[in-house]
Amino acid sequence: MHVRKIIREIRKVGRYLGNYGKFYREGKTPIVLLTKEENLRNKSVRSGKDLGFWGRQEQRQIRTKMDLNMDLNAPHSMGTTIIGVTYNGGVVLGADSRTSTGMYVANRASDKITQLTDNVYVCRSGSAADSQLVSDYVRYFLHQHTIQLGQPATVKVAANLIRLISYNNKNMLETGLIVGGWDKYEGGKIYGIPLGGTLIEQPFAIGGSGSSYLYGFFDQAWKEGMTKDEAEQLVVKAVSLAIARDGASGGVVRTVVINSEGVTRNFYPGDTLQLWHEELEPQNSLLDILNSPSPEPMNI
Amino acid sequence: MSSIGTGYDLSVTTFSPDGRVFQIEYAAKAVDNSGTVIGIKCKDGIVMGVEKLIASKMMLPGSNRRIHSVHRHSGMAVAGLAADGRQIVARAKSEATNYQSVYGEPIPVKELADRVASYVHLCTLYWWLRPFGCGVILGGYDRDGPQLYVVEPSGISYRYFGAAIGKGKQAAKTEIEKLNLSEMTCREGVIEVAKIIYKVHDEAKDKAFELEMSWVCDESKQQHQKVPDNLLEEAKDAARSALEEMDAD
Repeated sequence: MHVRKIIREIRKVGRYLGNYGKFYREGKTPIVLLTKEENLRNKSVRSGKDLGFWGRQEQRQIRTKMDLNMDLNAPHSMGTTIIGVTYNGGVVLGADSRTSTGMYVANRASDKITQLTDNVYVCRSGSAADSQLVSDYVRYFLHQHTIQLGQPATVKVAANLIRLISYNNKNMLETGLIVGGWDKYEGGKIYGIPLGGTLIEQPFAIGGSGSSYLYGFFDQAWKEGMTKDEAEQLVVKAVSLAIARDGASGGVVRTVVINSEGVTRNFYPGDTLQLWHEELEPQNSLLDILNSPSPEPMNI
Repeated sequence: MSSIGTGYDLSVTTFSPDGRVFQIEYAAKAVDNSGTVIGIKCKDGIVMGVEKLIASKMMLPGSNRRIHSVHRHSGMAVAGLAADGRQIVARAKSEATNYQSVYGEPIPVKELADRVASYVHLCTLYWWLRPFGCGVILGGYDRDGPQLYVVEPSGISYRYFGAAIGKGKQAAKTEIEKLNLSEMTCREGVIEVAKIIYKVHDEAKDKAFELEMSWVCDESKQQHQKVPDNLLEEAKDAARSALEEMDAD
């Protein structure tokens, strides 16, 4: 009986414990801590693939979560759309600005494009905390590297450092990154580093939940050797298309252009973006009524 | 140029009253006792050559290599105590592979030279370590072009167009200064280095020597490798005939 009490405590406290807390919060438990009945239930649920270390907990807890309709303990995730595109002379990075905690939008104007060095930036997606930590570490290492080298770091080095951290901690991290920048040896370069820690150099890269809707679009719309304006227009169009279809992406579109002359940040508010198929202008929206100067509330 | 330390030269952690560390200077003398090592930077690469004094007629030609590859793009020629040199080369190789795995690109030659110099300097800081008794000529070809560095036992490292260490370094330096390095290709450089080494070799004091040469240039696809055998033979022949011409005068 004493042992059972301990196991119950571990499962209760597991939500907050270190690197594996996120598994507990999703309703998973190490199978060594499952009761006999739960173990049997797990066996019948298994679709033929071995669950490994983590099994599913009782249904009871999950039902409570759905009643509340909002899990405030869910990790901050950037369901996101991030894009990086090379053009003739540099790169353009673009992202949306929505950070969500479950269903709640924690930050509707976040900046997902973070600086690593003067000439290299990274687009972050996935867990907000994980991606921030990874970029902070890499910024620190790159800073030291730049001092030692006596000249700006190359984009390839920045991407490799990110890849090493992503790959070596793949069990604990959940973040997909796109590194983009300009250096004097290779010019503008984009490197995609998705979840497992692969490093792949690409002429353009897309990531985040919203990117699923952009694969076909880029197959058709991307071409080699665009100008700076063409590339930026393409990025803004793509992000706004993804925002239209992906619930986890939204807010404004931010872009960063990096070339031999330096870095330019741009900002496109949500209402300046083009409307797509079946999207409508807001009509008789409560916001208009509250902001309208006219004394009559309903003006049809 | 010999000065007696009289008591201030027993440990590398003791300064003399006139601000010198004698142990380091004695270590440099060990380098001066070894065969000449030359390195030159031509317009398309680096050429290094070593005058390998043969201790015994029974040694196999080609053994006891004095030039080592540190990474695909760089190599080191060692003068002085051979065992100390082996240690430095091992350290340089380890630094180069470590840099490659962390940063994903071949180590820039300047960075490699800095690290080797720091390591050599490290051994001049503690009383329980002795300084390295060898000097190193480090030549490499990275994305900033070909570069040549010399690391001395004191831990100093400088970048050069042409450098020589070892017995005949004074004579060799004079010869190198006569060359027009900015116009020379590595093919021509190999011949010139061979001529210089044959010239500065002292027939009276040391009997036989073997010439060992390496290069890293556009022709070798920016990889550090031994000079091809036919070119080496050509260089040796040119050097021997140049010597005979001189002797004939």
